[in-house]
Amino acid sequence: MSEISLPESAKHTGHAEHPKKDVHGIKMGMWLFLMTELLLFSGMFLLYSAYRYFYTKEFHEAAMYTHTLFGTVNTMVLLTSSLTMALSITALERGKKWLSVTFLSSTIALGLGFLVIKYAEWSTEIHEGIYPGSPMLFKHPRGFELFFAMYYLMTGLHGLHVLVGCGLLTVMLIFIVKGKITQEDTVRLEAAGLYWHLIDIIWIFLFPLFYLVN
Amino acid sequence: MEQQTLTEHKGAPTSYGIYVLIWLALMALTAITAVVAGINLAAFTLVIALIIALVKSSLVVNVFMHVKYEDKIFKIFVAIAGGVLSVIFLLTFADVYFRR
Repeated sequence: MSEISLPESAKHTGHAEHPKKDVHGIKMGMWLFLMTELLLFSGMFLLYSAYRYFYTKEFHEAAMYTHTLFGTVNTMVLLTSSLTMALSITALERGKKWLSVTFLSSTIALGLGFLVIKYAEWSTEIHEGIYPGSPMLFKHPRGFELFFAMYYLMTGLHGLHVLVGCGLLTVMLIFIVKGKITQEDTVRLEAAGLYWHLIDIIWIFLFPLFYLVN
Repeated sequence: MEQQTLTEHKGAPTSYGIYVLIWLALMALTAITAVVAGINLAAFTLVIALIIALVKSSLVVNVFMHVKYEDKIFKIFVAIAGGVLSVIFLLTFADVYFRR
């Protein structure tokens, strides 16, 4: 069979006799990207915290309008998708291609399931008259409106990341099926996995902040 | 069969069992978070929920994201990023608190 193709840059790093991918560099690049993502969300977490400090009572009351059950189920869905993601990498590393494909498909399915639940949740809330700028929110004190502005902004941006993650994992799935990601060269699947786990981590923090104010 | 030329960079794959174990711990912590929210602990409710979230995310970072098994440079990298983030949070909180 032909040799595994290398990016142009990797061919000129002085390892001509044993060409291999710069696995560390690829992973480090992914981590750097994840840090920028973390900063993006951190800004919103900071804003949330400051608003919460100034409007403690209103945030407390507004959080009672979110549906804890939706939030809890979605947390478990996303945690399980992280498990199948990790299992998919191990399966491929052990040479079990189709088991890896099965786990990865489950991850994508769970990600889509998360979005379906999110859709049902948002629909319920919008039906109840809770959406940014709604007349119902204006009847309440200002903190209500701010809480739900942050809620829609942060869960919305997070949902967008889940959608992008599903797309990314679908590409990885095609790569595995076509033999472009193999047992010997799993680094792209690992990098995609890192992105998926980061999405999970962000949700781990969104969950108590928006759903668990009793 | 395929050539095996790129195997040098890592040891044995992480076992399925460890991942399942971590997943069970994460699910248990989620359940605990939900239950604790039901008990009225006033201001401590949020603190406990955030501590649990920190524990959960450190499990994900270390095991699912493999940092525990990576080279030292990744650990340093993640630690520095975490440190910088906590400084940003701390300074902002201090600003908001004393400005009021």
